[in-house]
Amino acid sequence: MKRKSIISLALCLILLASLFTGCGQPKEEPAVKNIDIILATTTSTRDSGLLDVLLPVFEKESGYKVKTIAVGTGAALEMGNKGEADVLMTHAPASEKPLVDEGYAIDYTLLMHNDYIIVGPTNDPAGIKKSASASAALGLIANKKSLFLSRGDKSGTHTKELELWKAASLQPGGSWYQETGSGMGDTLNIAAEKKGYSLTDRATYLNLKQNLKNMEVLYEGDTTLFNIYHVMSVNPAKFSKVNYAGAKDFIKFLLSKSGQDIITTYGKDKFGQPLFFSDVK
Amino acid sequence: MDTILTGLSEAFKMIFQGDPEVFRVTLLTMQISGAATVLSVLTGIPLGIYLAIKSFPGKSFLISLVNTGMGLPPTVVGLWVSIFLWRYGPFGYLNIMYTPIAMLIAQFIIASPIVTAFTIAAIQNLNPKLHLQIQALGASRFQYYLLLIREAKFALTAAVIAGFGGVISEVGASMMVGGNIKGYTRVLTTATVMEVSKGNFEIALALGTILLVLAYSVTLLLTILQQREGK
Repeated sequence: MKRKSIISLALCLILLASLFTGCGQPKEEPAVKNIDIILATTTSTRDSGLLDVLLPVFEKESGYKVKTIAVGTGAALEMGNKGEADVLMTHAPASEKPLVDEGYAIDYTLLMHNDYIIVGPTNDPAGIKKSASASAALGLIANKKSLFLSRGDKSGTHTKELELWKAASLQPGGSWYQETGSGMGDTLNIAAEKKGYSLTDRATYLNLKQNLKNMEVLYEGDTTLFNIYHVMSVNPAKFSKVNYAGAKDFIKFLLSKSGQDIITTYGKDKFGQPLFFSDVK
Repeated sequence: MDTILTGLSEAFKMIFQGDPEVFRVTLLTMQISGAATVLSVLTGIPLGIYLAIKSFPGKSFLISLVNTGMGLPPTVVGLWVSIFLWRYGPFGYLNIMYTPIAMLIAQFIIASPIVTAFTIAAIQNLNPKLHLQIQALGASRFQYYLLLIREAKFALTAAVIAGFGGVISEVGASMMVGGNIKGYTRVLTTATVMEVSKGNFEIALALGTILLVLAYSVTLLLTILQQREGK
């Protein structure tokens, strides 16, 4: 009996010890400045791998620790609206505008762009390849009632997609129009699996390309398909808990030469083309 | 088929080559879920014993609540914990949103009802004459509880296993309150979800395999303990 209790006790102690080592980590840094920056961003900046190369450089240079919360643009902006994030990096100018106008977001800075593309099954059942415009391409899909997978999550890409439907004077709906309610990567996987069309940013598509069977870029190049990323800080005058100094330093880094070099070269070696283009003059 | 094979070989590579990132993620998973299980056992077992042996008005109702709690959806727990822990939430001043502590709290809330409900069932399953017998032998209150635990240890170990299984496999709450931050709050389940959405199915499969191995090892350890003590 004694031995058994000792074993149980030891097991408990090990688990308890793990509790304290597990939770002690965040307090070790000296509290000279608030080193935690919460970055709320769209999934594409993370899923494309850009943040994985940007953040370590910034953290090393500045001593900050960036906590990236990668959600859709809609959710990221909502976090800014509630003061739950310090800096936002999103790609839906139309949804960003109210935040800037109402003063929740400041230091609103144009950062970079790439473009959206319409992808779909290789045999292109709706024949969108030679469309005159992105809206016309969506019109053909709707006409043929070909399967279209929408993000349906208020993300930047979803917002853009709704803009395009509106420009085509169409109200998508019916069994051919399905909302995944998931991120870009998941939506592309579903679209490839179900042989449907979808609107995606180019960075995420290139990253996933090798796993997407029988899917290719079917329409690209329209100026309405610009995908523009802005970065902004959350206004400390509205939310006193915001780490404004950190947000400003982060934005300054993104605009600096070392930040810009990373952004403009990222993806060249892996995809033969950069994934993002700088908009900083 | 290719994905499965490369995924499995990737998993073994990750484990045996000692990829530091994978190691850190695995260790954190162990720490958070282990600690959450210990805490839920420390509260769930006493609470379960109390609910099992005391009679008071509304007891059945309370037990039904605990039983329902066994099925608490982790995402709902995550949402509620988030609302409380946000900077501008009621407990925002604690500054623990997006930390391992927040994940620990969420997992504790998920595991506690499981452990409590299992304990209630375990204690109520004991022969009712046992209570009388223990008391007749002049046991103090503390000794009485200890004896009950000893008598029910077989079923109580099952409670611990169920609690641990509940938290190590959950992803919704950890994702929401932890944020899946690289090197800080990323655990095996949230990393798996992220790799799937990135289209890295092999890595996702590898992480899933590590998770299974981990869950199995802990359960095996507890089962050995259970079977040994059960004799």
